Amino acid sequence: MSEKSPEELYKERQARILAAAACRQPDQIPVLGPFQKYPYQFAGMTLRQAMNDYPAARAACHKFLDYFQPDADFGPIFAYPAPAMETIGWKTFKWPGHGLGDDVMYQYLDGEYMTADEYDEFIFDPSGFMFSKWTPRQFSALQGFGQLPPWRRFMWTGWMNIGAIGGPEMQESFRLLTKFAGELNEWWAHQAKYWGEMTEKGYPLAFAAWDWPPFDILGDTLRGTRNVLADMRRRPGKLHDALEVTTKIFEEYGSGAVGAPLPFTWTWVHKSTREFMSDAQFKEFYWPYLRKGLVTLIDKGITPIVYWEADWESRLEHIADIPYGKIVYHLSNTNFERAWDVLGGKVCLMGNVPNTMLLGGTPDDVKAYCKRIIDYTKGKPGLIMDAAIMLDEAKPENLKAMFDFTREYSASR
Amino acid sequence: MKADLVKAIADMQEEEALKLAQEMLDAGEDPQVILEAGREAMTIIGQRYEEKEYFLPELIIGGDLLQQLAALVKPRLKATAAQGKPAGTVVLGTVAGDIHDIGKDVVSFMLDVNNFEVHDLGVDVSVEKFVEAIRDFKPEVVGLSGFLTMAYDQMRRTVDAIKEAGLRDRVKIMIGGSVMDDAAATYVGADAYGPDASAAVKLAKSWTGGK
Repeated sequence: MSEKSPEELYKERQARILAAAACRQPDQIPVLGPFQKYPYQFAGMTLRQAMNDYPAARAACHKFLDYFQPDADFGPIFAYPAPAMETIGWKTFKWPGHGLGDDVMYQYLDGEYMTADEYDEFIFDPSGFMFSKWTPRQFSALQGFGQLPPWRRFMWTGWMNIGAIGGPEMQESFRLLTKFAGELNEWWAHQAKYWGEMTEKGYPLAFAAWDWPPFDILGDTLRGTRNVLADMRRRPGKLHDALEVTTKIFEEYGSGAVGAPLPFTWTWVHKSTREFMSDAQFKEFYWPYLRKGLVTLIDKGITPIVYWEADWESRLEHIADIPYGKIVYHLSNTNFERAWDVLGGKVCLMGNVPNTMLLGGTPDDVKAYCKRIIDYTKGKPGLIMDAAIMLDEAKPENLKAMFDFTREYSASR
Repeated sequence: MKADLVKAIADMQEEEALKLAQEMLDAGEDPQVILEAGREAMTIIGQRYEEKEYFLPELIIGGDLLQQLAALVKPRLKATAAQGKPAGTVVLGTVAGDIHDIGKDVVSFMLDVNNFEVHDLGVDVSVEKFVEAIRDFKPEVVGLSGFLTMAYDQMRRTVDAIKEAGLRDRVKIMIGGSVMDDAAATYVGADAYGPDASAAVKLAKSWTGGK
């Protein structure tokens, strides 16, 4: 029977995860994941409740943590702050109680929030564009920002020209922004409280920063999926120029992980799966910019965890071109064996127990799958066990089988 | 001229295609010929997609071009030409709670260029709407799309409702979406899973016997 102190357990878990991530031998295969909505389901709570009642969300995450004991935890970060989102009037997002049912996962409304003829403006001054154009398009409470003069003209006596800030619409936007910030800080205080509590129990935080690939920064919230994909043919030059800018934004976003106990920058990949673009387009518009950004983060001592959504089998050879032992690739629908053949021992692979199995299968199915992929690695390090896709729903006994079997089986080898 | 227009559209020469279409109309060409050229080009685009030469960007641009051509000829169009008998009828939609449309739209496009009559119900489609559409349009094939893992249970509810309405035997049901797989098809009670739009067309063709 283990009598280790929480401090010892913390160090043990941290060392286990860092070893696996660097393709070094851990004492056992770590099991963790971005369990998105699942902790609330496990606690018998809707996502709507979790997004509105922060102490209840924290309690649900503790229940999850105590029962499954993941090697690292995300806490209640995925239960976004609904009251703050209401206050700021986030127009391009739907969430439970705001356009969606009480227990439906929140979703972004894909659309064109930067027009084709605004590329130059964005490239010239991304912050200016985000303030005065993008912000009012995203948030109904911040319509006044449309009148905000470009801050780059503030120099010398330029400040004499910012009278618009005194107007009633701008004042109302500032009032709501202040209210929003207060509500947001209340949510963050609960996050921080949870992080303290989980550290005391012996668990490290599974993330230190979040990031989005340079192409997706443009595609997700600026041009929209359809437009950014068509831009590869319609205006490739502008797209390249903008990608230079968003690569710098990527590097800035992800750098927050420097020095964290687990220096992980989770990078969510959305727009480059095999259906979305050809190999040639991927090699021209997507990978060079993402790779450059990832290498910048790696050079700062950060370990990026790239969440390759969908099926990446056809691109494994391209994405193998990355410093070895310095990055984690999270697989969802990619065939594990094929990925291991190309990347095993060089890049730590994370995943990919099928969510359909965790929901509709049996504990024996889950054990057999975990055994299959552990056996396939032939004892070579560089595997972190997780569900294939950020977990929203599962049978508890199936998820428990993933945790327990992986630990017992890998520790005994 | 028509052949040039087909080539311009299929090769993604947007400006050239619109210029050619305008010139043809100005020269007194029958607007139906423009539309025919559009459809022929879409078939080529569909083939290139199946052959993995084209991907989503080209389907998007092709779809945009077709719309622009339709808008161009509309004022001069007298009557819609009778279309040939469709290869089959498909009711398609993203299940309730899910608002993702891109995958579904690609399937819709590919079924359309393969001469299927497609009734696209959109996104966040309730169980009742699916059942009503099956009653109204009498499709041979129903396509359920879902991008969220939540869609597994919603698809299952949708299939159950189709069963309860006594319509399950009349339709084949296929599912698609980046989180789907064969196990999901079994779980939700569908007949098959299609990993991409080409697979969806193959399934639909196999079920309609190439009518």
